[in-house]
Amino acid sequence: MHNLTLAEIARNLAEKRFSAEELTRTLLARIEQLDPQLNSFISVTEELAIAQAKAADARRAAGESGALLGAPIGHKDLFCTQGIRTSCGSKILDNFKAPYDATVVERLAAAGTVTLGKLNMDEFAMGSANESSYYGPVKNPWDLSRVPGGSSGGSAAAIAARLLPAATGTDTGGSIRQPAALTNLTGLKPTYGRVSRWGMVAYASSLDQGGPMARTAEDCALLLSAMAGFDAKDSTSVDQPLDDYLAALSQPLAGLRIGLPKEYFGAGLDPKIADAVMASVEELKKLGATVKDISLPNMQHAIPSYYVIAPAEASSNLSRFDGVRFGYRCENPVDLTDLYKRSRAEGFGDEVKRRIMVGTYALSAGYYDAYYLKAQKIRRLIKQDFVAAFEQVDVILGPTTPNLAWKLGEKNADPVSAYLEDIYTITANLAGIPGLSMPAGFIDGLPVGVQLLAPYFQEARLLNVAHQYQQVTDWHMRAPAGF
Amino acid sequence: MALERTEVEKIAHLARLGLSEADLPRTTETLNNILGLIDRMQAVDTTGIEPLAHPLETTQRLRADAVTETNQRDAYQAIAPAVEDGLYLVPRVIE
Amino acid sequence: MQWETVIGLEIHAQLATQSKIFSGSATTFGAEPNTQASLVDLGMPGTLPVLNAEAVRMACKFGLAIDAEIAPKNVFARKNYFYPDLPKGYQTSQMDHPIVGKGHLDITLEDGSTRRIGITRAHLEEDAGKSLHEDFHGMSGIDLNRAGTPLLEIVSEPDIRSAKEAVAYVKAIHALVRYLGICDGNMAEGSLRCDCNVSVRPKGQAEFGTRAEIKNVNSFRFIEKAINHEVQRQIELIEDGGKVIQETRLYDPNKDETRSMRSKEEANDYRYFPCPDLLPVVIEQSFLDEVRASLPELPVQKRERFEREFGLSAYDATVLAASREMADYFEQVNVTCGDAKLAANWVMGELSSLLNKEGLEIEQSPVSAAQLGGMILRIKDDTISGKIAKMVFEAMAAGEGSADEIIEQKGLKQVTDSGAIEAMLDEVLAANAEQVEQYRASDEAKRGKMFGFFVGQAMKASKGKANPGQVNQLLKKKLEG
Repeated sequence: MHNLTLAEIARNLAEKRFSAEELTRTLLARIEQLDPQLNSFISVTEELAIAQAKAADARRAAGESGALLGAPIGHKDLFCTQGIRTSCGSKILDNFKAPYDATVVERLAAAGTVTLGKLNMDEFAMGSANESSYYGPVKNPWDLSRVPGGSSGGSAAAIAARLLPAATGTDTGGSIRQPAALTNLTGLKPTYGRVSRWGMVAYASSLDQGGPMARTAEDCALLLSAMAGFDAKDSTSVDQPLDDYLAALSQPLAGLRIGLPKEYFGAGLDPKIADAVMASVEELKKLGATVKDISLPNMQHAIPSYYVIAPAEASSNLSRFDGVRFGYRCENPVDLTDLYKRSRAEGFGDEVKRRIMVGTYALSAGYYDAYYLKAQKIRRLIKQDFVAAFEQVDVILGPTTPNLAWKLGEKNADPVSAYLEDIYTITANLAGIPGLSMPAGFIDGLPVGVQLLAPYFQEARLLNVAHQYQQVTDWHMRAPAGF
Repeated sequence: MALERTEVEKIAHLARLGLSEADLPRTTETLNNILGLIDRMQAVDTTGIEPLAHPLETTQRLRADAVTETNQRDAYQAIAPAVEDGLYLVPRVIE
Repeated sequence: MQWETVIGLEIHAQLATQSKIFSGSATTFGAEPNTQASLVDLGMPGTLPVLNAEAVRMACKFGLAIDAEIAPKNVFARKNYFYPDLPKGYQTSQMDHPIVGKGHLDITLEDGSTRRIGITRAHLEEDAGKSLHEDFHGMSGIDLNRAGTPLLEIVSEPDIRSAKEAVAYVKAIHALVRYLGICDGNMAEGSLRCDCNVSVRPKGQAEFGTRAEIKNVNSFRFIEKAINHEVQRQIELIEDGGKVIQETRLYDPNKDETRSMRSKEEANDYRYFPCPDLLPVVIEQSFLDEVRASLPELPVQKRERFEREFGLSAYDATVLAASREMADYFEQVNVTCGDAKLAANWVMGELSSLLNKEGLEIEQSPVSAAQLGGMILRIKDDTISGKIAKMVFEAMAAGEGSADEIIEQKGLKQVTDSGAIEAMLDEVLAANAEQVEQYRASDEAKRGKMFGFFVGQAMKASKGKANPGQVNQLLKKKLEG
């Protein structure tokens, strides 16, 4: 049962081969048995899950149907869930029971999904290894001595280990796509504004975007259909109708123009990953795609630009964690400054503090133009690169990550080395375009991900390409040993 | 632009992050490494380029002026560290 | 040395919207603490702002009323600082791209002269909550009901040269925002608050002196006193060889002095940057045209019309146009009675002193405009004299009905029948035979004084109802013999 995809679960539930409650209990037992090895859950919401499963079964008995009715999922622990701890992987929110539901949570619940729990993550989504969580690192099911990627590492590990078929993630600089690549999943970062940010605790507001993670493109399409869409509560939400993501999956790829940016295949890329990526290009060619070499000349400037913009926004977004209205408060503050300084110093972990300080510095008097404005100008150059490239090609293809999953602790000493791992993913966030990572093979038993990028609002195209690829390959069906 | 300890102390104060004497050298070094990475931006020619604050460059939607919220004080204050008589308590604010 | 005062004012006007600037919470004053603080107002993690259309419209109204440029695109920015009444750790405000640009406002001084004061800009922002310093075991209590109330911050040029001008400017802004219906102007409740930037310089010097900012002065009287005190302090300081330092000061009305706010002295670095949760606000020309068409007649226009149409003096016109309610009241009285001068006299005279005495606003007046107009009609058609009218007015104020009802009930109708007046005068003269003798024996100069005595006796005898003109005329005839 635990090997089924969302689409398969939907068919089985429709055919009454098992009930949502049976499925839920099976997965809850599996989480209890296997998650101690992985640490992918921060909270298992057993009571809620059983109640939602029973409700889904009742709705089905009453004649309702729906692709997600009774579908078990998990939420990254920065989506607010009413009455349930929403920790963001941080001590400062360890005691925070959100007083409301995020729009994404509300929409998925309305579609009939069953929430098995809240998934581990890098603290406030800051990290690429899921090692900055207050709740401890998450381990990669493909090799328990390695990281699953981050920041949506809990979502990735739990799906890869078949503890649940799909989950929500968020992607600010690659936090859906990179862990998807490192754990053999399909993960989609939609266009900025496509999925509501209401109730999704902000890291960097102009870059953050929620999206689906699952094993197949089809499951991502199912989840995205329910998650996405206009929300009046989010000023940056886009009021534009959704495409029929499921219908688009079956489009043939004949004539698809794929661009291969030379900057994605230069120094720094593991040559074995390059080979795997090129093999996937060959498969797509067999499906009728044509390939063109392109250039994204400003890609190399993306990392410094991102590491100004994201920390700058974060430094402001995280000011609300002050020990006054919610969350952690230090013991016996002697005065107001002490309350702030100790609550925040004790409540935030090192990486969060680092980024708050970098952002504070970048915005401070005398440095704003040299850092923040400069970064925003480079951001425009990066966007212009994509606009120009998409005049020539339909999608851009390259590796999702320059390296395979690394060893736990390997990059802890030097944050900069971890930042460099985001090189291929952060441009999509800076430009706001959609990006998807899909399984494309293994090297020494570790998964390789291929990233596809498309013009604004062409999520359907990305899912279509990935789905067609998954019809002729089976990388995405492989399970890690022991799970 | 390498940061001095005093600047790091100033930044930590602006961000209201307590920083112990013992942590200062390491924090200063790490921040300088990150700033070293960031400073690579300065080599890019951005003459005549407008800053981009939002990826989609759309405009603000406006909300009708209507009261849609009701009093939820009890629920919201149930998760507060310290409240009394409906007020959030903090160490005395000196004016 | 001769000193010149230079003043620039920042006025924070709370906009009279139903809901807050970025959330659907009510903005009602005086609610129980934190009962009007929603998820957004509390800065709960994951919450997002959505801009209130009415706040934008009100800012545009103000901008058009001061002949300002309205920016086709304005941008919200975050002003970052930590304070317990600031839930998000930043105030959403506007920095580089305010909604209202350069404009101006003409003010009228006591001597009737006018001055044009430049307005640098006006921008939208959210208000903060309140810290209550009552003793909660040595703690402060935070009430966030006010957090998120829309504010329009109106920044003047340093064009103001005296405390009196400052007050006239604030009064003009106060009148304007109330005319426009964008702020209730209630200074006691903090709906309109004023920060005063004050500096002095030797007369004739071009450069400005170092300024001090007096925060949150909340009445017209305190603005005048606080500025006068601060000017005096700065002059004395400089003349004693000292230097003014740029700082924030607080006016203490009890001690009538300003003092330095030490807690705010620490150099702030607000790290402004464009708010990533809000997009640029675009103001279309068609929207502005529509707002312009909806503007009411403004105080200056009204004053000019009162002078032109009704022949009122500049002073009377200014007083009557000072508030929309006062002007509306006056116009309604005038429509009813058809005599603008009498209407102006009664509104500025008896009515104003009644309201002052009772501490009432004109919209709470116990005498309605229709009642007052109706009474003036009776003066005009000689039903009552001006003196009787004061009695009628008092009775109307006491809620005894309309002028006609009161005149009827109390029998106050003027006696104009000359036969009846003559009979009454004969009685009065007979009862004062001695004085009549004296009168007739006196010379012209003395007679003048004595005549008044007989008029008084006659009016007393008629209980004030006899037509004074007729009394005079008939009395003279009878005394002359």
